[in-house]
Amino acid sequence: MSALALLADGSTRPPLSQVVVWLNDPQNWTGPNGLLFYLRQHVVYTVVAVVIALVIALPVGLIVGHTGRGAFLVGGLANGLRAVPSLGLVVLLVVWLSPKIHLLQTVPGVVDHHGALPYLIPVEIVLVLLAIPPILTNTYAGVQNVDPAARDAAKGMGMTGAQVIRKVELPCALPLIMSGLRSSVLQVIATATIAAFAPFLGGLGQFIVNGVQTINDPHTGYPAMVGAGLVVAALALVAEVSLIIVQRYVVSRGVSGRYRKTKAGVHAPDGSVVGMELAGV
Amino acid sequence: MIRFESVTKKYPDGTVAVDHLDLVAPSGQITVLVGPSGCGKTTSLRMINRMIDPSSGRIWLDDRDTAKGRPSQLRRGIGYVIQHAGLFPHRTVIDNVATVPLLLGTGRREARAQALELLERVGLPANFADRYPAQLSGGQQQRVGVARALAADPPVMLMDEPFSAVDPVVRAQLQEEFLRLQGELGKTIVFVTHDIDEAIKLGDQVAVMRVGGTLAQLATPAELLSRPADAFVAGFVGRDRGYRALGFAEAGELPLTDEPVVRLGEELSTACDRARDGWTLVVDAESQPQGWLGVRGLAVDAQRGSVTPELLNLGGTLATESGTLREALDAALSSPSGRGVIVHEGGSFAGTVTASEVLARIEARAAGVRHEAESYTADVLAGGSTHNAGSTHNAGAAP
Repeated sequence: MSALALLADGSTRPPLSQVVVWLNDPQNWTGPNGLLFYLRQHVVYTVVAVVIALVIALPVGLIVGHTGRGAFLVGGLANGLRAVPSLGLVVLLVVWLSPKIHLLQTVPGVVDHHGALPYLIPVEIVLVLLAIPPILTNTYAGVQNVDPAARDAAKGMGMTGAQVIRKVELPCALPLIMSGLRSSVLQVIATATIAAFAPFLGGLGQFIVNGVQTINDPHTGYPAMVGAGLVVAALALVAEVSLIIVQRYVVSRGVSGRYRKTKAGVHAPDGSVVGMELAGV
Repeated sequence: MIRFESVTKKYPDGTVAVDHLDLVAPSGQITVLVGPSGCGKTTSLRMINRMIDPSSGRIWLDDRDTAKGRPSQLRRGIGYVIQHAGLFPHRTVIDNVATVPLLLGTGRREARAQALELLERVGLPANFADRYPAQLSGGQQQRVGVARALAADPPVMLMDEPFSAVDPVVRAQLQEEFLRLQGELGKTIVFVTHDIDEAIKLGDQVAVMRVGGTLAQLATPAELLSRPADAFVAGFVGRDRGYRALGFAEAGELPLTDEPVVRLGEELSTACDRARDGWTLVVDAESQPQGWLGVRGLAVDAQRGSVTPELLNLGGTLATESGTLREALDAALSSPSGRGVIVHEGGSFAGTVTASEVLARIEARAAGVRHEAESYTADVLAGGSTHNAGSTHNAGAAP
């Protein structure tokens, strides 16, 4: 049997078993250009983008939800951002914006390569634009869904606007905010592969970009592309599960409905049954 | 004391919710604002703690102008209870109750200790402290709502239809306990409701408002029933005014008739011997009335058994000796034997009255009231002040 399978366009590719072989080779994980090195970069790009998006979208969503002002902007902006062609925008910004950035600093752990910052910034801009809509719309919707009576009570008891947001609206909206954050993270992890198109940058997309050039190479070609793709998917799953666990801890049981079992058998004083009662007044 | 001084709320679209309202809610009393929807009662209430700002006029809390200072500071000193309780779903019951003390800077431990005490006060067992609002019934939530409003011990409480979202049985219970609590605490309370019965039951004074945000009548409940200021108030107060007004008339010493009774567990034949007009009153070991036993319906062979609770007719209500004419009349009317059961304060049997005996008392009283009313009418016709009638029924009516 041939080691190469025929593709639709007539070219050939190695069988899937080669992907398993490639992933099982420790050299491909720990080497200087191994999976772990690019995985770390990928996580860094993702975390930076999501944190920036959170810092922008969370306060805006909370304030718009609290005041009710600018709600139409949230909807329009979020939908518009969703339609952004990410790869096209990265290419555009790298060509147009990067030459104007003269920052050559390195940031240990984030930007290790001297001169990479002018290219990282455009990529992060695109990732942030992608990460904002789910967080923004979910935060807004979460605040909107807070029981109006609870809000009225909070204000009526003397909470300031900021206290109402912090002590009532944010905790009550947290399940929706967390699900928005989760979809942002997923989207950014998947899209951060485009960072490899920019000079000096990497991430797991590096294997995919390189692999296209050398598709038939057993070390850097097709097996590496598929292997890196699988690692991206695994990373997304790990992130999702981690955030679900975080959500369990940060969302109040009163909101999530996961109550602790209470001792049964005590009834409220309501609803007692009386045979002969005092005549009502 | 809360004083409205020509307070108007006009919205930008021209709607006038409250129109030159003058009103005084005296300290330590319950002032009920009542009226049809759109009469501005809730708006008036919400202007007191500046949830809504008046367009013109002033509202005074004792000698303090509420318009001065920060609204949040003002609100922390005023208890606030709303229709659906508005508990914070993410906080446990005890943390809900501790909200205002924490805002005011009380330590967490102290605030929780106070909150626990308050829960008991509003009739919730201590093991409710760690539950979340979603785990409570509507009535229980509203108890927590009341406890939360009381937590910082504010002298003034605002209550916006607090009991209207619960079923009638629980509502009646909450109302009773609210009155008991107010008896202990003596807060200055402004209470909004659309239910005239609730207004009459709870109010020390009742302000009836009409659509357009003007005051139709400010009076004590008894006065509202006996002397509605105009056709609107009369219509709003509704049917059965005469009967309901008896709820404010003390029965005084009624001509009680003693009644041979049987205790639970005694022979049925004894009960038959003691029956009058076919009915015997059955009491328990503490001689508290349990119900009426109709001996005519009993089969002959059944008479060999003893008196059990299952045999009793529970239709009759009980009236206390110190109760009102309404209770006494109701006891007589509802009793299957036609004899109303009157009990001592402790609940033990005191005697019975018939409806005609109560009616005689009512008529005697009505004659007295008519006499008073004639002098009142004479006063009005003479154009004199009505204040010497010892009432506030017209005070503060809109010009």
